[in-house]
Amino acid sequence: MKNYEVTFIVDPVLSGDEIKATAQTYVDQIKKEGFEIIHVDEMGLRTLAYPINRRNSGVYFTVEFQGPNGELIDKLELALRRDERIMRFLCIKLDKYGVKYNEDKRNGLIGKVKKKEKKSRDNRGRGNRRDQRRGGGRSQSPRDGGSSRSSAPAREKEAPAKTEAPAPAPAPAPAPAAEKEEE
Amino acid sequence: MASRDDIKFLSNPKIGQKRQKYCRFKKFGIKHIDYRDPDFLLQFVNGQGKILPRRITGNSLKYQRKVATAIKRARHLAMLPYVTDMLK
Repeated sequence: MKNYEVTFIVDPVLSGDEIKATAQTYVDQIKKEGFEIIHVDEMGLRTLAYPINRRNSGVYFTVEFQGPNGELIDKLELALRRDERIMRFLCIKLDKYGVKYNEDKRNGLIGKVKKKEKKSRDNRGRGNRRDQRRGGGRSQSPRDGGSSRSSAPAREKEAPAKTEAPAPAPAPAPAPAAEKEEE
Repeated sequence: MASRDDIKFLSNPKIGQKRQKYCRFKKFGIKHIDYRDPDFLLQFVNGQGKILPRRITGNSLKYQRKVATAIKRARHLAMLPYVTDMLK
């Protein structure tokens, strides 16, 4: 079994039905060849980073499919190339990580995981010492726990709107200084 | 305690220290780099849209190659520009 993914940009000048019909023709073609459609992702109208055929936006579609061999790809690419409604396309073969990534993304794991990572890092700064050391790898001594813990919440109250990136940085900063003084 | 806090911030002990670079893909166990996520890929290009070298991003060779492929795919699909200015 091989997994493939084809992304294409449909001309936005077409009407909504035509755009959907365009995508559907390729889904049908893939199905007809005996391939199994895993997912059709409509990413919608997006602005392009640079104009293609004098258009500044396009409708993105991604079709993920699975099949026994790659015979279809040549035919599919030929059809896409001949189609004037398609502005750009890209066929790629997915490895096992790609398949898993797409699955996770569909289940809503990807976006959330990223947010969680950031949040948990933030919590570690506030929370217990062991986590802090593992997460940031910055805090040097167990002694600094008291001082950073007492000063960190106050600072966060001062600037709650700050982004997370600078927030954890000031917390471990005073640690080495405190160490020196105590020595 | 209060006076000590003042002393602490007279000089930043982090100045002059080199920050250890690391490969974020190895560290966080990211195995696949999505070419359809331009916001993520934006971290690996400079203001002109050029791919940043490994010595700046800190990526391992394996993932730097994957990042480069993903950026090139994103460029083909007009999700990232080939050439530009003031990208960031």
